Amino acid sequence: MDSANRAAIGASEPSPRTLAELATGERCILERLDLPEGLARRLMELGFLPGHEIIPGRRAPGGGPRVFQVDGSEVALREETAARLYVRLHPESDVAVTS
Amino acid sequence: MSDCHGASPRAGLLPNPSILPPRPANDRPIIVAIVGPPNAGKSTLFNRLTGLRQKVANFPGVTVEHRMGKAKLKDNHEVFLVDLPGVYSLHPRAEDEQVTHDVLKGERGDFPKPDAVILILDATNLGRHLVLAAPILDLGLPTLVLLNMADDLEQRGGKVDIAALSSDLNTPVALISASKGIGIERIQQFLMGTAARLNAPPARIELPVLQDVPKCRQWAAKLGAQASYRAPAPPLWTRRLDAVFLHPVAGPLVFAAVVVAVFQSIFSWAKPLMDSLQGVLLNFGHWLTTVLPDSPWRSLLVDGILSGVGSVVVFLPQILLLFLFIGILEDSGYLARAALIADRTMAKFGLQGKSFIPLLSAYACAVPAVMATRVIENKRDRIATIMIAPLMTCSARLPVYTLIIAAFIPNIPLAGGFFSLPAATMLSLYILGFAAAIITARVLKSTILQSRGSSFILEMPPYRWPTLQSLSLRLLDRAKIFLKRAGTVILLVAVLLWVLAHLPLENGKTPPLEHSLAGMVGKGIEPAIKPLGFNWKIGIGLITSLAAREVIVGTLGTIYGIEGDELQQSKGLQAAVRQDLSTAGAVALLIFFAFAMQCFSTLAVVKRETGGWRWPAFQFGYMLALAYSGSWIAFHITRYFLG
Ligand SMILES: Nc1nc2c(ncn2[C@@H]2O[C@H](COP(=O)(O)OP(=O)(O)OP(=O)(O)O)[C@@H](O)[C@H]2O)c(=O)[nH]1
Ligand SMILES: [Mg+2]
Repeated sequence: MDSANRAAIGASEPSPRTLAELATGERCILERLDLPEGLARRLMELGFLPGHEIIPGRRAPGGGPRVFQVDGSEVALREETAARLYVRLHPESDVAVTS
Repeated sequence: MSDCHGASPRAGLLPNPSILPPRPANDRPIIVAIVGPPNAGKSTLFNRLTGLRQKVANFPGVTVEHRMGKAKLKDNHEVFLVDLPGVYSLHPRAEDEQVTHDVLKGERGDFPKPDAVILILDATNLGRHLVLAAPILDLGLPTLVLLNMADDLEQRGGKVDIAALSSDLNTPVALISASKGIGIERIQQFLMGTAARLNAPPARIELPVLQDVPKCRQWAAKLGAQASYRAPAPPLWTRRLDAVFLHPVAGPLVFAAVVVAVFQSIFSWAKPLMDSLQGVLLNFGHWLTTVLPDSPWRSLLVDGILSGVGSVVVFLPQILLLFLFIGILEDSGYLARAALIADRTMAKFGLQGKSFIPLLSAYACAVPAVMATRVIENKRDRIATIMIAPLMTCSARLPVYTLIIAAFIPNIPLAGGFFSLPAATMLSLYILGFAAAIITARVLKSTILQSRGSSFILEMPPYRWPTLQSLSLRLLDRAKIFLKRAGTVILLVAVLLWVLAHLPLENGKTPPLEHSLAGMVGKGIEPAIKPLGFNWKIGIGLITSLAAREVIVGTLGTIYGIEGDELQQSKGLQAAVRQDLSTAGAVALLIFFAFAMQCFSTLAVVKRETGGWRWPAFQFGYMLALAYSGSWIAFHITRYFLG
């Protein structure tokens, strides 16, 4: 389903665009959630809100869901869900930021 | 609950609500609902205020049903508190959230609408948690807002101005620690004042549109800023521990090491305790035999009750050890990580990581596990999880496994002495149960319970130290439950069995066991179980184990007690069982217990949760078929290899 997503965005886009494609620790800003309404709402309640910062964390050993730092807590999502969350890189992602 | 009695020394400091306790006109007691996001500490607070013991553990979704309790106030009035499942909003997605929604909206037929609300939020993550204040304040009920985990907030250097928050929300706010008991007096004050407040509903403040999550989050952020909320530093230890537990190599290794240690210790640590307990009971029986005159009553007491109940009671240390490990797993927060790790495997079998939490709790008992499936959003996933939960090795199987393994499996050290053959056998039985469960899930999910892609969303709790107090309370409660079962079900079966084993009288004397009513029943089913390597005595045990699995151990104890078995008197039950079972029969018996559904309480709760007898009936039949064919195969394979 990864390829389907990429096709939708357009292959010319160079930078990673979904949460699933980011490396651990790569800070990003959520742009939109491409998910059924109920699920999107629950994710928003958990802090996955457009404009909010998300930091991808560890993956379960053997490749499984991944933990994301979001809005003061850590939430685990499956890859297929993360692939539906479109993000842009955090403007300061390469700078060490304090608070 | 000592802090709930006597006059409050602080009463004078109150604004004065405690002096005005006009109850509502009708005599209905006041009901206060405890609401909050998952894992915020609702049940901890409920327990502290009511003195009850709702289950508390460090992962979201522990409480799945409303539970009422009485709190005695310092002014000697009582209010009813309701502990509720955690919610993120009043838009339920799963069954447990639905319960909270229905109770708060007064849409639960069997439960009155609450009069007031205690909203409990995690102070260490106030920004997000405050979002829930919007729909709760919108209910228009008198509300007390509690910011819990004050200890954690302070330790990690966060702070919040509760006076400012209180004036913004126009409702009382307090910073507390439910587990440490800090700030609890404020709750008393609120509760004493609720009656007065009921007559004067709170002034409405302006709330964001509840449908609009981003707006609500902005509203919460603004509130936080106005209350000069400083979020605490991230939990460093949680990050460090996750670096180990979720490490691609170290993680699984730690997991495997823990599992091996658990099984080894259940055998080796519990053994001396079990042996001494058994010694005490045996000596007690001898002593009773010497001091009491020979009569049917002495036989009932010593051979029937003491042998029956006693042979089950000796397993108490083992059960407690198992529950100690489960307690550490649940209280530390590792359980949520285990669910995360398991998700991929579970997905292959058509389930998801969230199914793993109920399945793990089924290691204790299937009944709460079936309830715990309420957190699973997808209905079909939930039913599939309910169907397989009883295949997990519950603690009632432990006495049966231990007895048979100790009697038949030689104690050969493995892996340089770290592990032993009996412990490995026990572990294999647990793995077998789990394997049967997930394979069944696979079959169900690809036939009658097909569903399209389920999602897995789980909030990871921070790691916490399991406290000595919470662990010992868990063990105490467990010991009580276990002993109560021994004193009721098992005692009853022992007495009944003793009577049935002494009737009908032959020439005024007790018949040999074979000719007694109990013996006839056993002989009656013998043809059906002979192919599995069980004789009629084991048959009696199989029948009584329908009451509860561990009853078979008590039953064998009673049978051998009545037969006046010399071996049992000296060497205990293990030696006696060996006369009635071949090794192949023993293996078959283990397999039978691994698969068979011998538990009425589970069937009853499955009926309740699935809303009919269809699923429990299917479950019973399926598991019986599995047990019968499984043990038949095991019997023949073992016999073939052992000659
Ligand atoms: N440090 C600290 N931990 C707390 C406090 N209150 C509760 N806890 C811990 O937080 C965890 C969750 O507590 P529960 O009472 O089970 O939470 P709950 O809100 O009932 O959770 P659900 O029933 O799952 O919604 C447990 O590990 C508690 O020991 C507190 O004041 N301070
Ligand atoms: Mg709870």
